[in-house]
Amino acid sequence: MSDSNIIPKWLSVGVIPLMNLFLAFCVSGLFIFFIGENPFRAIFVMIKGAFYYPGAIGYTLYYTTNFIFTGLAVALAFHARLFNIGGEGQAYVGGLGVGLVCLIFDQHVVGFLVTILAILGSVIFGAIWGIIPGYLQAKRGSHIVITTIMFNFIAAALMVYLLVNVIIEPGQMSPETRDFASGVGLVQIHILAKYLGLEMAMSPLNLSFIVALTVSVGFWFLVWRTKFGYEVRSLGHSETAAIYAGIKVSSTIIIVMAISGGLAGLVAINELLGVHNKLLLGFTAGYGFTGIAVALMGRNHPVGIFLASLLFGALYQGGTELDFEFSSITREMVLLIQGLIILFSGALAYMLNPLVERIYIKYYGNYNNA
Amino acid sequence: MLESFQIIISLLDSTIRIATPLIFCAMAGIFSERSGIIDIGLEGKMLLSAFVAATATFLTGSPVFGLFAAILASCSASLIHGFACITNKGDQVISGLAINILASGLTITLGIALFSRGGQTPPLASEQRFMPIDFPFLDQLSFVPVFGELFVEVISGHNILVYLSVLAVFFTYYVIFKTRFGLRLRAVGEKPEAVDTAGISVIKMRYQSILIAGMLCGLAGAYLSIAHGAGFGREMSAGKGYIALAAMIFGKWNPIPTLFACLLFGFLEALGVRLEGVELIWIGEVPVQVMQALPYVLTVVLLAGFIGKARAPGAIGVPYSKEG
Repeated sequence: MSDSNIIPKWLSVGVIPLMNLFLAFCVSGLFIFFIGENPFRAIFVMIKGAFYYPGAIGYTLYYTTNFIFTGLAVALAFHARLFNIGGEGQAYVGGLGVGLVCLIFDQHVVGFLVTILAILGSVIFGAIWGIIPGYLQAKRGSHIVITTIMFNFIAAALMVYLLVNVIIEPGQMSPETRDFASGVGLVQIHILAKYLGLEMAMSPLNLSFIVALTVSVGFWFLVWRTKFGYEVRSLGHSETAAIYAGIKVSSTIIIVMAISGGLAGLVAINELLGVHNKLLLGFTAGYGFTGIAVALMGRNHPVGIFLASLLFGALYQGGTELDFEFSSITREMVLLIQGLIILFSGALAYMLNPLVERIYIKYYGNYNNA
Repeated sequence: MLESFQIIISLLDSTIRIATPLIFCAMAGIFSERSGIIDIGLEGKMLLSAFVAATATFLTGSPVFGLFAAILASCSASLIHGFACITNKGDQVISGLAINILASGLTITLGIALFSRGGQTPPLASEQRFMPIDFPFLDQLSFVPVFGELFVEVISGHNILVYLSVLAVFFTYYVIFKTRFGLRLRAVGEKPEAVDTAGISVIKMRYQSILIAGMLCGLAGAYLSIAHGAGFGREMSAGKGYIALAAMIFGKWNPIPTLFACLLFGFLEALGVRLEGVELIWIGEVPVQVMQALPYVLTVVLLAGFIGKARAPGAIGVPYSKEG
């Protein structure tokens, strides 16, 4: 299925996705209602939690940063008609890249340089975790969906093993590495603001957000303004046509998965270099899976992905507020909303098309004949 | 010698306990995928039905009622999957993923709203669960060397759902390979156009298949919360649905080999737990994570064609439309 050509683009790309989103929120509201709470109050609490309190916007944008990275990762693969469910594992292994670089160099090399190397480390390690499924898809025909799912679990086992047995800080119980040396890491925006003489509430928002925005522009340029992007999109439209056009399908798949994995790996810079300052267990917290919802909602375009990431950032941050304000609904409500968004904006994305087409034709006639 | 025999016996015993939900889910996966519908949502259906089973059992006091409620819940999830990817021709992977995330959020949210126990359901008393069944003649048989021990410890003394899972394998084999329904089901998964030409509804066949898958996942969920366990804990399916998916691929979408794959993966987990902290000669200590990762690694290796070739049903993942 693809976008309809019976109705104008603003309807199929603008209005219908919003209607799907609206449906997802309606169903979520119904759930809240059945639990016995007021859905409108829940929305109000979440909006307040996401934007109103001091530092709330910073928290929202900090979550947004993660979703931009994983959303772009999934979207790039989608452009080549590859479904990369492995963002979670790629981000996790990306964290290993950050951790290893910092632990090896931070005592000997100047912090700024270590940070740059660590960012590269996150990209390279994430990319490796994407390249292997990509290679297996391209050369051995193993289905990328299954392989990336398996790689999520393999990554989880690998990281638990390393954190518990190998790179754990000696003499301590919880599976995490020692703190990275001071001077290593990405500056948080509120500290930066203080240097500039501005007063900002404390939040984990850090320079990764700027990286995310830069990468988004780069993504747009890569996909729509380069030869490689053209090849990726051709492959996504029709593999047979791509082969006839002389596009090397297997190497394109592998490179796409490398970049996709690298993008997901960048989650680690926001989490580890920007906030935690060490490598710890489970820091990816499902961001890789949310990236799928983000890419679906954002229609694989950086602008859409930014808006969808902002929405999910607000949901995550606003969701934590639910814990304080309600006794019977908690932040896990957000997981439910997320599932419904994936259902309505993803699996049921074209459910409303026939209805909207019928209404449009009734009032305006066929768009293409007009 | 006697001690190592004891170890083997207890390993086999836990293998069966671990493998049971995998077997149900893997058979569910076979029904769904043989009809051409990818089923990533095994995990979510199992989680949802585990929650519903525990809740319904707690509220009514009857595990049988809980079991049926679990099947109903799991089938509803199947219907959502069907509505999305059969009726609306949506993407099957996305739909399955939605079900998994939905189940995860729904069970915790409802659990907290209903019981205020951080997502857990209240513990069930033993008369509210499917308890181990002891076979007759245990006392007499226990004197028989080796076989007697095997019978008493490994074969006997499981709950009814464990035995049902073995039946489910034969049921799956029989239905898929020996009945007209099964022939059509396989045909729908390979060449739906041909089935359509023969005047059989592809849509109806696929809906029937995923409903059977729903029932089997419901049994898996009920096993977790009201048979093997005594209540629901959040995220209690813990990736078992994905291991079942791996086992199904490992068994090449065939019931009997899939059964052995489930047993193998169950055995690996049991062995991993058993080997924790044990120094092996020549190898040293095997990290438990190696055993945990092994099913996934094996599946990747198999899928890559390094040990035989796993071929998925021909029309898998493709929504059927008459226009072509």
